[in-house]
Amino acid sequence: MIATAALGRLLILLALLVSTAGAVVGFASGAKQSDDGARWARRLAYAFGALMLLATLVMEHALLKHDFSVSYVAHVGSREVPMWVTIVSLWSSLEGSILFWGFVLGLFIAAATRFTHDDESMPYAIGTWLACGSFFSFLIAGPANPFQTISPVPLDGPGPNPLLQNHVLMVAHPPMLYLGYVGMTIPFGLAVAALLRGRLAPALLRAIRNSLLLSWIFLSIAIMLGGWWAYEVLGWGGYWAWDPVENASLLPWLTATAALHSIFVVQRRGVLKGWTVTLVMGSFLLTILGTFMTRSGVFNSVHSFTQSAIGPTILVFLTAVLIGSVALLALRIDALENEGRIESAASREGTVLVNNLLLVLLTFTILIGTVFPLIVEAVNGKQMSVGRPYFDSMVVPVGIALLFLLGIGPALPWGAAAREQIRRALLPPLAGAIALAAAGLTFGARNPWTILTLACGGYALQVTVVQLAKLRGSRRAIGAYVIHLGVVIAMIAIAVSSTMRLQSEVMLKTNESAAIGAYRVTFLGTEERSEPHRASTIARVRVTKDGREVTALEPRMNQYEMMREPIGTPDVHSTLAGDLYVSIASIENGRAGLLLIVTPLVSWIWIAVLLMATGGVIALVPIPSFKRAAVTEPLVEAKATP
Amino acid sequence: MANMKPELSASDVMRRRTRRFVILALAVAALAFLALAAGGINDNLVYYWTPTDLRAAGNKAYGATIRLGGMVAAGSIRHRAGTTGVEFDVKDAHAVVHVKSSGVPPQMFRDGIGVVVEGTMTRGGSFECHRLMVSHNNEYRAPDTEHPDIEKLMRTTEGL
Repeated sequence: MIATAALGRLLILLALLVSTAGAVVGFASGAKQSDDGARWARRLAYAFGALMLLATLVMEHALLKHDFSVSYVAHVGSREVPMWVTIVSLWSSLEGSILFWGFVLGLFIAAATRFTHDDESMPYAIGTWLACGSFFSFLIAGPANPFQTISPVPLDGPGPNPLLQNHVLMVAHPPMLYLGYVGMTIPFGLAVAALLRGRLAPALLRAIRNSLLLSWIFLSIAIMLGGWWAYEVLGWGGYWAWDPVENASLLPWLTATAALHSIFVVQRRGVLKGWTVTLVMGSFLLTILGTFMTRSGVFNSVHSFTQSAIGPTILVFLTAVLIGSVALLALRIDALENEGRIESAASREGTVLVNNLLLVLLTFTILIGTVFPLIVEAVNGKQMSVGRPYFDSMVVPVGIALLFLLGIGPALPWGAAAREQIRRALLPPLAGAIALAAAGLTFGARNPWTILTLACGGYALQVTVVQLAKLRGSRRAIGAYVIHLGVVIAMIAIAVSSTMRLQSEVMLKTNESAAIGAYRVTFLGTEERSEPHRASTIARVRVTKDGREVTALEPRMNQYEMMREPIGTPDVHSTLAGDLYVSIASIENGRAGLLLIVTPLVSWIWIAVLLMATGGVIALVPIPSFKRAAVTEPLVEAKATP
Repeated sequence: MANMKPELSASDVMRRRTRRFVILALAVAALAFLALAAGGINDNLVYYWTPTDLRAAGNKAYGATIRLGGMVAAGSIRHRAGTTGVEFDVKDAHAVVHVKSSGVPPQMFRDGIGVVVEGTMTRGGSFECHRLMVSHNNEYRAPDTEHPDIEKLMRTTEGL
C-alpha cells in the first residue's frame, strides 16, 4: 500500500499551498481592505483545516491497519500493543506529534475564523494564522515527514516508547499540551491584527480574551496532568522538578495569566492596551520557545525521547517571529491609544498592574534559569544545569507576593478610593489569614515560607469566598473567582506538600516491614504477571495504620519487549489528607528496595487545577441562564469604543 | 505606559515626570533582580563532568554540585554494611572516582553499566552521591566501557 504514504504527502503539500496562499491573500486584503480578498482568506482558512484533518485521518487509518509501508507507522507501530496505544501513538513520537500539531492548528484556525466577529481585523488575523500554518505544513512536508514510503515493508514495528505506553494518561497529557500551545496562535494572530489595524476594538479584545482563556484552560490541565503523570506513573517521586520542558509549559501559562488580567483592566478602564498586546504576543513566542526546547534535544531532559533534528528549523521560525513581533510592536504600539490612566496603586487596577509585573518577573526568573545552561554550552561547550534551589529560592517569594495580591486585589475597589473605604475592605480577611496560619502550626508546619503561604492563602480564601457569595449572575466574575479559589488551594497544597513530605528508602525481605509517618508498610512478596506487550514483576505491599489494614499496594516493574531496562510504576494510596507513595527501586532474590514517600495534601493540587479549569469554562462558555445578566453587566467596553 | 503619545499640555509635564520616575524605578528593580538571579544561578550550578574532568578540576571539585557520568568499574560494587546504600568506582578512559551512595540502587545497576551520579566530592577522596541514575538507552548496544560517550550518557539518563 504505497498509496497511503503518497496520499498523506499530497494532502500535506496541498495544505502547504493553501496556507501560504491564504497568508498572502489575508495580509493583502487586510492592507487593501478588500471584502473579496477577505472572503477568500476565510475559504482558504477552512480549506487548511479540512486538509489537516484529512491528513491526520489518513495517518490514523494507516496506524490502525498496521500499514508499515508508512515510515511513521514502521517507527512507532506494533501488532503487539493494545488498540488504544495504537490510536494514541499518533502523538507518541516526533513526526506524528508535529502532524497532530498541524491538525490542532487547522481546527483552531477554522473555528476562530468561524466564531470571531470583527470583520475589519479578520484578514490580518487569518493571514497570521495561516503563516503559522504554512510553517507547520512545511515541517510536516519536509524535516519531520511522517508520510515517507518504506521499502521493503517491515512485518512488524517496535511500538511506541514504553515510557509512554506505561499509562493510559498518555492519552490525555500531550493533546492537552498541544491544545494549549497551539491555541496561543489564535490570540497572537488577533494581536497582530490589532497592531496592524491600529485599533483594539471591543469585539477584537473579546475574541483575544476568549481564545487566550481557552488555551489557558488546556495549558492548566496539561501542566497538571504532566505533574500527575510524573508523580503517579513515572515514579520520579515528585510532581515538579524544574525540568526545562516542565518550565517550557509553565512560561506561556504565566504570561497568559498576566494577559488575562490586563485584558480585564483594558475592558474596564481603557488602559494597558499596548502592554496587553505585548503579553499576548510574548505568550505565543514562549510556546514556540517551548517547542524548540522540547523538540530539539538541546536539553538534558527527562523528555529527551522527543528530541530530533528539527530544532534548527524551529529556531529559525522563533527568531523570525521574535524579530517580526518586536518590529511590529515598536512601529505600531503607539497606534493603540489609552483612554484613561491608573489613578491609584491601592485600587483594583493598581494591583493588577503589580500582579502583571510580578508574573513577568517570575517568567524571566524561570526563563533565565532554563536557558542559562544552553547559552553556556553554546559559548564554551561545557555542560551544566541550574539546580533546583535556584528556582525554589527565586520563585517562592514571588509566588507568595502574588498570593498576597490575589487576596487584597479583589477586596479593593476600582479607581481611587477613600482611605477609610480601603481600610474597611482590607481588615476583615485578616481573620482568615490568622485562622489558616494557626491551623498550619497546629498540624506541625514549621517552615516560615509555608506559614507565610498559609497566612496569605487564608486571607485570599476569605476574600474569594466572600466575593463569590456576594455575586449575582455575573458569569465572568463567578468564573474568575472560582479560578482564584483554585489558585489559592493549589498554592497552599504546593507549599505544604513540598515542605512537609517524609521520604525513606528501605530494603525489605519477605514479611519484613518499615514505618513511615503514621503508616506501616509490609512487603509480602512478589508476583509475576505477563501481558502481550510487557511482563511485570509486582511487589505486594500491605499498608496498615494504627494496627488496622488500610490498603494493599502493588508497585511494579514493567519489562517491555523492545527495551533493555525495566520501567517502574509506583502505587499510591491517596487520601485528601495526604498520599502514601510506594515505588520499587530494585527487586531480587526475595528482597525489595522500596522508596516510601508520605506527601500531605498532594491530591488538592489536582483538585485545585480542575477547579481552575472549571472556573475558566464558566467564564468562557455562554450559559443561557446567565446571558441576560452578562448583557446587563456594566461593562465599560462601550465606552472604550473610540 | 510606554504606549502613551507624547502631548504637550500642562498636566502632561507632571505626568511625564512621573513616567520618568517609574521607568527609573523599574530599571533599578530590573537590575537588582538580574543581580539576584545571576547570584542564584551561580550558587546553584550543577556541573556535568567525567572522572577525568573531576580530576582535572583539582581543588575546584570540592563543594560544587557535580553530575558525574561514567561506567561502573567491574567488580567494584560493595554493599555498605548496615545501610541500603552501595559504594563503587566510576571510571572513564583515564580516571577512576570512588563513589559512596546512600539510597537503594536502581534495578539495572550492575558492573559495566553507564551511570550518572549527582553529589559532591569530599576531601576524604570519595564522591558522596545522593542520587544514582542508570543510563537508560533505548537502543541495545554493548556499552564501550573504555571510551564512554559522556554527552550521550547524560542525555540518555532518565529520571532527573
